[in-house]
Amino acid sequence: MSVITPAERAERLAALLARVPYIRFLGMKAEVSGDEMTAILPFSEHLIGNTQLPALHGGVVGAFMEMTALAQLGLLNEGRLPKTIDVTIDYLRPGRALTTYARADVKKAGRRIASVHVEAWQNERASPVAVLRGHFMMAEDDPA
Amino acid sequence: MSTDLEALKELGLRMAESTPQTKALGLQFVDVQPAVGILKIPYRADLVGDPDTGVIASGVITTLLDHCCGLAIKSAKLDFSSTATLDLRIDYMRPAEPGQDIFGRAHCYKLTRQIAFVRASAYTTDPDDPVATAQAAFVLSGAPA
Repeated sequence: MSVITPAERAERLAALLARVPYIRFLGMKAEVSGDEMTAILPFSEHLIGNTQLPALHGGVVGAFMEMTALAQLGLLNEGRLPKTIDVTIDYLRPGRALTTYARADVKKAGRRIASVHVEAWQNERASPVAVLRGHFMMAEDDPA
Repeated sequence: MSTDLEALKELGLRMAESTPQTKALGLQFVDVQPAVGILKIPYRADLVGDPDTGVIASGVITTLLDHCCGLAIKSAKLDFSSTATLDLRIDYMRPAEPGQDIFGRAHCYKLTRQIAFVRASAYTTDPDDPVATAQAAFVLSGAPA
């Protein structure tokens, strides 16, 4: 991995997010501090999946965590988004009508496959709303 | 039984558009049978996850399959109370062809007093050539979490 400055990293991330229509549909943003990325999903009416609670749609929470993993890997992967192979999502609490945050922990980034854990939370980092484990294809076209 | 099926269809029609997120995605009702729910999302450029290929984001399929599972459980119970997703595993087999509607079909194959077990798949033109498959468990409402 080449050495890049935090400013370059932030710029690379912003460019990555701006290119993906579905990220704009969700309204997802991200911040970089040092080498850590925090993804941010500001609350918006169109993300609601349960009008009684109200709560975010479970699919939205899952999609947000998956996008967090993809963006984190994209930062490592010279700005190219990998492809999702599989995700396993555990729902721990309802996602309330609040801003949601997520961080991805890259357990292994191999040349072809990456394994990533993601945690999403709202008011308190110690009380996550959901966690995700996923596998991602870093470079599909490599002959090896 | 036919009245049950009619009630199920009404439920499916309502569920497709029951939430702001499903409305925003343009989710549509396709069919429902006891313990089975089928919904679809028409292709839309603003749902694309890969701007180079125009393939729909896998996150869209996550929401589609989660919602299909909810419909399958409600039609298995013939009860319209809400459910909460406990866990959801999705395997992505292949990218969905750009321009094609994506269908989701879920089957609630086991209900206990507290938990529903569901399998689901997403496909474009051929159900035997899925874009993604899923396995999920849900907590039924009223059951202690």
